[in-house]
Amino acid sequence: MEQKTKVNAEAGKQELMITREFDLPLELLFKAYAEPELIEEWMSNPYTTTKMLRLESKKQGGYQLEGKDAQGKVVLRANGVIHEFIPNQKITRTFEMENTPFGVQLEIYEFIKLTDDTSKLNMHVIYESVAQRDEVLKLPFAQGINMAHNRIEEIINKLK
Amino acid sequence: MNLRRDVFQAIADPTRRTILLLVASQSMTAGAIASNFDTARPTVSKHLQILTECELLKQEQNGREIYYHLNPQKMKEVSDFIEPFRKKWDERFNKLETIMKKYKTKK
Repeated sequence: MEQKTKVNAEAGKQELMITREFDLPLELLFKAYAEPELIEEWMSNPYTTTKMLRLESKKQGGYQLEGKDAQGKVVLRANGVIHEFIPNQKITRTFEMENTPFGVQLEIYEFIKLTDDTSKLNMHVIYESVAQRDEVLKLPFAQGINMAHNRIEEIINKLK
Repeated sequence: MNLRRDVFQAIADPTRRTILLLVASQSMTAGAIASNFDTARPTVSKHLQILTECELLKQEQNGREIYYHLNPQKMKEVSDFIEPFRKKWDERFNKLETIMKKYKTKK
């Protein structure tokens, strides 16, 4: 089966491309990136609740967001500036995770209408260096291993 | 973990990526590979050694010659490495899609 979300990260390059086709009209897809309440909703997951502290969806605007765990502890904070904001077409912004060594990344979002009910998102991300991009790429892999380890510990502790 | 990191270091070098592309189409001897580069023969040998050590290349003795060919299994491991990253985004986008579909019907 063809994968809906594709990641193209060529070796030795400091950029990557994420593409995804949606069963959504272009306007709805774009809205999900422009309205703070909607961003909060789709960015949250069972482990982290996302809160938009600030969002100015416009040229020379900016944003700041934070993620809290189930106990209400802040586990991440990120911010960036918005360089370009063309409704239903394009967002260019920076993204920086505060207090991490990952640096600032430049993100170029391209919103494309496919049919009246379907649309496509091209997300082009450029990092400060090849090494930094690779670190970000490895993050979910490392988290996956950590989660597996924690799960194993949990099971073992129950057996004790 | 160490082995995986080595694979990433191996493919981060442009000369080594070219070598992988060359042998992807057919197995080649070290001499034939080196003839594609302006760099000194020992430099190419060093690259071949690194690629062989991290198992991206395999050596095969054919008479007096040693042929290098690609190890597709290892190449797949490299692409598997970014799979958790892809999955994370896929899950996020699935959620976005579900939420916005509901949003549409609410209106």
